Amino acid sequence: MINFRLEERENKSLRRQIISPFLAVFVALIISSLFILLAGVSPIDSFKELFIGSFGSRNAIAETLSRATPMILTGLAASIAFKARFWNIGAEGQLYAGALAVTFFGTGLVELPSFIMIPFLFLVGALAGGLLLLPLVLLKNYYKVDEVVTTLLTNFIVVLLVSYLLEGPWKDPMSLGWPQGASVIDQGVLPQILSRTRLHLGFIFSIFFAILIWIIISKHLIGYQIKAVGFNPSAANHSGVPVLKTIFIVALLSGGMAGMAGVTETAGLKGYLTLDLSPGFGYAGIAVAMLAALHPLGVIASGIFLASIYVGADAMSRSMNVPTYLADVIVAITVLCVLVSLIINQYKFRFLEQNK
Amino acid sequence: MNPLLKVQSISKSFGDLAANSEISFEVNKGEVLAILGENGAGKTTLMNILFGHYMPDNGQIYFKNNPIKFGNTRHTISLGVGMVHQHFTLADNLSVLENIIIGQKSLFSFSLSKKTALDKLNSLIEKFSLPIDPDAMVSDLSVSQKQRLEILKTLYKDCELLILDEPTAALTPQETEGLFKTIKNMVNQGLSVILISHKLNEVLSVSDRIIVLRNGKKVGEKKTANADYKSIASMIVGKEISYPKKIKSKPNREVLRLEMVSYKSDHDLDVKINNLNLKLYGGEIIGIAGVAGNGQQSLAKLLTGHLKPTEGKIFINQNEVIDSSPKNFMNQKVAYIPEDRNKDGLVGDMSIWENIIMTETDSIKIFNQLGFINSKNSHDQALSICKTNDVRLQKIDQPARLLSGGNVQKLLIGKWLYRKPQIIIACQPTRGLDEGAIAAVHRMILDARKDGNGVIIIGEDLDELLSLSDKICVMYNGHLSKPLDTLKTDKLTIGMLMSGKGF
Amino acid sequence: MILEFFEIFFTAGFWAATIRIACPLIFATLGEVICERSGVLNLGIEGIMSLGAMVGWMSVYLGADLYSGILIAALTGALFGLLHAIFTVYLGASQHVTGIGITMFASSVGFFSFKLILPSSTTPPKIIPFEKLEIPFLSEIPFLGEALFQHTPFTYLAFFSVIIIFWLLNSTPFGLSIKMAGENPMALEAQGIDVLLVRTVSVILGSSLMAIGGAYLTMSAFDAFYFGMINGRGWIAIALVIFAAWKPERALLGALLFAGLDAYQVRAQQLAGAFIPYQFFLMLPFFLSIVAMIIASKRTRYPKALLIPFRRGERH
Repeated sequence: MINFRLEERENKSLRRQIISPFLAVFVALIISSLFILLAGVSPIDSFKELFIGSFGSRNAIAETLSRATPMILTGLAASIAFKARFWNIGAEGQLYAGALAVTFFGTGLVELPSFIMIPFLFLVGALAGGLLLLPLVLLKNYYKVDEVVTTLLTNFIVVLLVSYLLEGPWKDPMSLGWPQGASVIDQGVLPQILSRTRLHLGFIFSIFFAILIWIIISKHLIGYQIKAVGFNPSAANHSGVPVLKTIFIVALLSGGMAGMAGVTETAGLKGYLTLDLSPGFGYAGIAVAMLAALHPLGVIASGIFLASIYVGADAMSRSMNVPTYLADVIVAITVLCVLVSLIINQYKFRFLEQNK
Repeated sequence: MNPLLKVQSISKSFGDLAANSEISFEVNKGEVLAILGENGAGKTTLMNILFGHYMPDNGQIYFKNNPIKFGNTRHTISLGVGMVHQHFTLADNLSVLENIIIGQKSLFSFSLSKKTALDKLNSLIEKFSLPIDPDAMVSDLSVSQKQRLEILKTLYKDCELLILDEPTAALTPQETEGLFKTIKNMVNQGLSVILISHKLNEVLSVSDRIIVLRNGKKVGEKKTANADYKSIASMIVGKEISYPKKIKSKPNREVLRLEMVSYKSDHDLDVKINNLNLKLYGGEIIGIAGVAGNGQQSLAKLLTGHLKPTEGKIFINQNEVIDSSPKNFMNQKVAYIPEDRNKDGLVGDMSIWENIIMTETDSIKIFNQLGFINSKNSHDQALSICKTNDVRLQKIDQPARLLSGGNVQKLLIGKWLYRKPQIIIACQPTRGLDEGAIAAVHRMILDARKDGNGVIIIGEDLDELLSLSDKICVMYNGHLSKPLDTLKTDKLTIGMLMSGKGF
Repeated sequence: MILEFFEIFFTAGFWAATIRIACPLIFATLGEVICERSGVLNLGIEGIMSLGAMVGWMSVYLGADLYSGILIAALTGALFGLLHAIFTVYLGASQHVTGIGITMFASSVGFFSFKLILPSSTTPPKIIPFEKLEIPFLSEIPFLGEALFQHTPFTYLAFFSVIIIFWLLNSTPFGLSIKMAGENPMALEAQGIDVLLVRTVSVILGSSLMAIGGAYLTMSAFDAFYFGMINGRGWIAIALVIFAAWKPERALLGALLFAGLDAYQVRAQQLAGAFIPYQFFLMLPFFLSIVAMIIASKRTRYPKALLIPFRRGERH
C-alpha cells in the first residue's frame, strides 16, 4: 500500500507559484488530447485550429476578447467570494439578475445621455446581482445554511423567472413571437470599439473593474479584512474585524461583478435579453478564478485564455468533427489540474517505507 | 528478568527540531513508570512513535522481546499496548459500546456482534470497577467518564501496557485521586503503566520509577522512593529560570463589574450562565478556576463583547455597557487573549505584521483616511512590538503560523498590551508553553497588574492560578463562586468547589 | 374546482408518479449520505448523475442488456468517485472546488461522448427501457396495486438500496468505521484503521449510487438522454441529505415527500395552468429545497469531521 504523508512547505517559492498555472494548463491540454484522439482527430491539428480560431485573425481576436468580457467579470465574482472562503456558485443567476435589471431600466423606462446611462446600467446590474446574493449570505451567517447549494439552486430559480418574463410580460412585441426582451435603447448600448466586430466597450469596463478590485484587495482596508475573514473568521472576529459587515461587502462585490457580466452581454453583445444569454459564463468564472489563483489581475489573463478555448473550440468543431463540448472538457480538466498544482505548491510529498 | 518494554536509542526530528535524541529506557511488568518533562520535551512524540503514529529516524523498540513494527498501530495494539491520548479519540455521536467495539472486527465482516461485546464490556467494568452505561451517548458523558471509557477501550483489547498521556489535565483534584486508585487497581491485576505528565507532584505520588526528558534527550532516571521534588524539578527545567516575583497588590478603582448577568444561547450546546456577579479592580488579578465546560468560554465572551447577556448588566469604569460588540469592548480598553491561540488568536496564513495591525483598523497611522494600508508604519510598529516582547522570528513578512507556541503567545499578548488596555481577559495563557515562555508570559501579566490594570485569568492549572492571582473564584455549571483570597485558601477547598460542592 | 385540487391525492396515478419521481432522488441522496457520513462533501453529484444517465443509456443503445447498463453506469460513477477521493481524501484539496470540478468534468465528458457517438440527432434516439414488473397478487389490489406494485425492477431496486445502506451503516463494522471517520477520524486511526481508505471506499460507493440514480432517468423513467435532463436534482439531493439528518431511512422519507410535491405540482399545473405560469410550478422544488435546508439547519448536527481533510501523522 502506498504510504505517504504531506508535509507543509516552509517557504512557498514565488517562482513556483507563477509557473504553476502555466504548468497546469499544459498538463490539462495534454490530457485533453486523449479526448481529441477519441474523436479520431490529430491533437496537433486540433490545437492549431483552436489557436487560429481564437487568435488567428483580427476578427478571431475580437471574438475572443468579447467572449472574455463576461468571463473576466464572473471570474472576479468568484475570486472575491473564494478569497473570503464564501463559495458563491451563483454567478450564473446573478448574471441574469443583472440582465433583468438592464431590461427593466434600459429599454425605455429611463432615458439619460449615454455617458450617464451606461454607468447607470452597470450600477443597477451590479445592485441586482449583489442583492440577489445578499439573502443567501445572511442565511449562511445566521442559519449556517451551506451557500454552495443555495446559490446553485437560486440559479435555476432565476433562469425560470427569466423564462417566464420573456415568454410573458417582458416579451418584445417586435420579436415576431420569439421569446426575447425589448431592445436596450441607443443611449444604453455599449458602443462597438473595433469596427466590423462584436467587441464592445464592456471589455474596457471589465479590465477597469479587474484593476479596481486588485487595488482594493491588495492595498485597502476592505481587501485586508476580506482576506482575514477568509483565512480565519474566528481570529479576525477576536481582533475586532467586523465579520458580518465584511461578508456583506463580499456579497455585494461578488454578486455585483456577476451582475455586471449580465449588463455587458445584454447592453453590449446582444442588445436585448434572451434565454440563452449565458452559455454557462457563471460556472466558467470559477475556472477563470481558479486558474488565476484568485488574483484579480490574473483573472484578465485567464479570462482571455479560457475564452479563447471556447471560441477556438467553436471554430474547431466547424472544420473538424470534434464536438464543441471539448471546450467544457478542457476547462474542467484545467480546474482539476489547478487543484493539483495548489497542493504541490503547499505541500511536499514524503513517502514512508513500511517496516516489515 | 526480561523487561516488558525495551526502548533503544530512539531518535526523531521534525525538520530542524530534534524531538527525540537517542532515548533508551525499560519498563518492567507490574510497574508504573512516569515520563516527566515540560511541554515540548518530546514525551508525546516518543509515545506516538511507540504507538505507531510516527516513524522514528533511528532506534528500536521491543515489547515482550517482539520488535515493534513502526507506523503500524494495528500491530502495536495486537501486541498488547494501549494508549489513552491527551485529546480523546471518541466519536460524540455514537454510544459507549460502539466506541469500544470499533476496530474489533474486520471491516469485511457482516456483523457487529454487539451482544458478545456487551458481555465482555460488563465483565471488564466489574473487574476493574469502572462503572459506565454502555448505551450512553458519548456527547452526554463528563470528562472523567470519557477518560474511563478510553481506559476501558484499551482494557477491552487486552492491553498489558497502558500509556496515559497527560491524564489529569482536565480533572478535578478529587477525580485525579480516583484515577490514581484505578491505576493501582490495574497494576494489581497485572498491568503495567506508563504515565506521561508535566505535573511533578502527582507523579511522585503514584509512580514507581521516573524518567525525565528535556529537549528531546533523557536526562535522568530515578526510583520514586529515592526521588525528591527539588532534584527532579531541576532535571526537568535544566537551567535557572527566573520567575517573576509578585509584589503586594494595591487595588485602586473598580474597572469591571458584572451584575446578575445571565446568558442562555439558542444552541443547547452552550452552558447557561446564571446570575453572575463579579467585581474587578485595577491592580489586581482574579483567577477563575474550573473544569472545562462549565461556562468559562461563555463567560470570557461575555467579558469581551462577543456575547450579549440575556439578563443583567455589565459596567466598565462604572459606566453601563449598552453596545455588546467586540469593537466596543476594544474601544473601552478591554483586551482578550483567547484560549485557542491558533484558532482564535492569529491568522496563520497572513504575515506577522498583518496579524499585528488587525486590531489597529481605526488607527490613521496604519490605515490612512481613505483606508489604504501604510506599509512602512505597519512594519515599524510590528518590529517594535516584537522587539519589546522578545518574539523570536526570522522575518516580519513570514507567515504567522511558522512561529512557535511560546512566540505566538508573546506576540498576541504584546499586540494587545500595545493598546494599553485597562482590563485584560486571558484564557489559559500558558497552555502548551515551555517553562521559559511561561515565565515570560507571567512577567507580562504581573507587569500589567503593576501598572494598575485589572486582569482576569480563566484557566485549569490550579498551581498557576494560585500563584498569580490575588483572588480566586470557581466556575461550576454556569455559576461563579464568591472570590477567595488566594493567600488564605488551598487546593482542596478549590477542588471541592470545582466538583460543585458548596455552591 | 377547488375540490379537484384535493382529488389529485385520491388517484393511484399520483402515488405511482410519486414513487417514480422519488427514485433518482433516493439513489442520489443515499449516495451523498454515505459520502458525507464519512466526512467528504461530494459536489460532483450533479455531474456524476448526468454521466451515469448518459452511460447507462448509451450502453443499452449500443447493445448491452438493461442490467448490464446499470452496472456500467455504476462503475463509471465509481471511477469518478475514485477521482474525487484522490483529490479530496488523499491530497486534501478543497472539497468544494473538487466537487465543482468533477461535476464539470463528468457532465462535459458525458455530453462530449454522446455527441461523438451520435453526432447528428435533432430528436434524441430512444432505447427500450425497463418494463413494468407487476408483482403477482399484490399488483391486483385496487388502488394500492397500481400505486405500489406495478413498477419497473429498477424502481424496486431503489427501495431495496435503502434497506441495504441502512443495514450497512448501522449493523456492520464497515458502517461503524464510516460513521467514525466522519465524526472523529483520529479515533479511527488510533485503532489502526486506515481513515483514508474508509473515506475513499465511501466516496466510491456513494458515487456509484449517484450514477445509478442518473441512469434511472434514462432507463426507467424515460427512454432517451437529453442534455440538462438532471436539471438540478443533484443539488436538491444535497439539500435532502441535510433534511434527512444523514440517515438513510430519512433520506427515503425526504425523497418521497419531495417527489410527492413534484408529482402534485405537475397535476396541479394542468388544472391551474391558465392562471399560474408553468415556470412558477417548476421553481417550487428549488424553493422548497432551500426552505428544507433552513428548517433542518436549526436542529441538525453535521458530521463533525465533514470538510476537514485528514492528514496522517500531523502533529496535534
